[in-house]
Amino acid sequence: MKVPWTPDEMMTVAAARLLWDGCVCFVGIGLPSAAANLARQTHAPEIVLIYESGTVGTHPHVLPLSIGDGELAETATAVVPLPEIFAYWLQGGRIDVGFLGAAQIDRFANLNSTVIGDYARPKTRLPGAGGAPEIAANARQIFIVLKQTPRAFVPRLDFCSSAGFMDGRGARARSGAPGKGPQVVITDLGVLRPEPGSEELRLVGLYEGATVDQAVKATGWPLRVADTLEVVAPPTHEELQVLRDLHARTKDAHSRPVSVPY
Amino acid sequence: MKLTTLHDAIAAHVRDGQTIAMEGFTHLIPFAAAHEIIRQGRKDLHLVRMTPDIVYDQMIGAGCARALTFSWGGNPGVGSLHRLRDAVEKGWPRPIEIVEHSHAGMAASYTAGASNLPFGVLRGYIGTDLPAVNPQVRSVTCPYSGEKLATVPALRPDLTILHAQLADRSGNVLLRGILGAQKEAAMAARRLVVTVERVVDELDASMNAVVLPSWIVTAVACVPGGAYPSYAQGFYARDNAFYLAWDEIARDRDRFRGWMDEHVLGTRTHAEFLRGLGVPAAEGGPSAAEVIQ
Repeated sequence: MKVPWTPDEMMTVAAARLLWDGCVCFVGIGLPSAAANLARQTHAPEIVLIYESGTVGTHPHVLPLSIGDGELAETATAVVPLPEIFAYWLQGGRIDVGFLGAAQIDRFANLNSTVIGDYARPKTRLPGAGGAPEIAANARQIFIVLKQTPRAFVPRLDFCSSAGFMDGRGARARSGAPGKGPQVVITDLGVLRPEPGSEELRLVGLYEGATVDQAVKATGWPLRVADTLEVVAPPTHEELQVLRDLHARTKDAHSRPVSVPY
Repeated sequence: MKLTTLHDAIAAHVRDGQTIAMEGFTHLIPFAAAHEIIRQGRKDLHLVRMTPDIVYDQMIGAGCARALTFSWGGNPGVGSLHRLRDAVEKGWPRPIEIVEHSHAGMAASYTAGASNLPFGVLRGYIGTDLPAVNPQVRSVTCPYSGEKLATVPALRPDLTILHAQLADRSGNVLLRGILGAQKEAAMAARRLVVTVERVVDELDASMNAVVLPSWIVTAVACVPGGAYPSYAQGFYARDNAFYLAWDEIARDRDRFRGWMDEHVLGTRTHAEFLRGLGVPAAEGGPSAAEVIQ
């Protein structure tokens, strides 16, 4: 029997499947956090989750709304100062996978989360880079999660907040960035990976029901497509159940009134 | 005597035009102190915070800030900080100069300030446009390896303001939980004002606990709930529902002004602010004797 699911659920499940047991994952808020915790509660119980607030090896029962909810600290192996997270753990080379999202991505997986329009007079001021520039540079590999639309998949970024493969063809390796850079982009249609050599993103997989035509139309540059496309399996019953339970617990926790001793 | 009231601490140590860092990464954000600065009408401040959060959204919307140094300016887990956006995009209520970093860059700036070094160094900003818009981000060639590394100038705030769980009667301060860059911001600043949940006879701190000794603390004020709607580990949780609700409050200028008039300018103390919002008072709150120092 087929179970219907949302695009967000498919993306979360696809991202979670890429994480392996024991991997050290630098997690961002939102979909990456859901994916990492889904992995931890299904096939990767020994995954190490690090949030930039300084929580190392955290096991949250509900998803945090912010990157520094108390839930993360209370369930962590260690809570360390923020400068230490970036210096010793990230720059120190301890992170296997960094998860990033963005408002815009280009064909070399460079990301913009800073502004739409001109920096000095922006049309839309976005939150900014946060931890992304150094996560993108220092994590061994980067997974990107982003819905595929022509507004997000642009020929040219308005601003480069974090570097993927820069101009491609080895530019990243020459820059001195220690990590290998983006290895996969998970969208609501399928999966893109950098093509060896050119380092340009190429469609390599589609979800059940999604088409190449859809992916091409949702991309603001002429999208390269692999000769054989993987069909990404839909979410299993277990994956959906665990994910939905997680979201339900989270919603409940976040709407609970907070009392303050004053 | 270091122990004072929040009103007196802000009146004594906050001046128009200062560079002020109010740290606390999601946790222990000094909201009560920020509200008191707004009530006292301070202006032309250069605000410094890794994550401006609602606390600086309120100060920027209230017109306190001429400049902002920051590294991530969103409402965590929710979306935009609408007052920050309005200031940057439309110059309302006044234009704001922004100095933008990455988290790692800003952490290195604080660490350099705390260490009395002229700059911090990191393997950072590689391939990004941030150095093009922030001339403070430069580079140095490693004298040992020849590697080009990013540099950021030391941050030395005139004043750092923190919120913490406990102080003792001498003004030694104990923090626990997520620390962010609080210790670095404290050590980098010329003056340090701290609000705390409780004042106790003994901190009873474990050996490696984060304690800011009284002689680096300029003033301490006891403000229970002083981090609300952020949180204080061991005292109360983050009010995530408030962070979600702020999106609507801050989206519209008039609604924001009305909210600030009623809840911040229309109250005299943080306890009044909390009561006005209908925040339930938890069992085990401090006695009046503990609050009035």
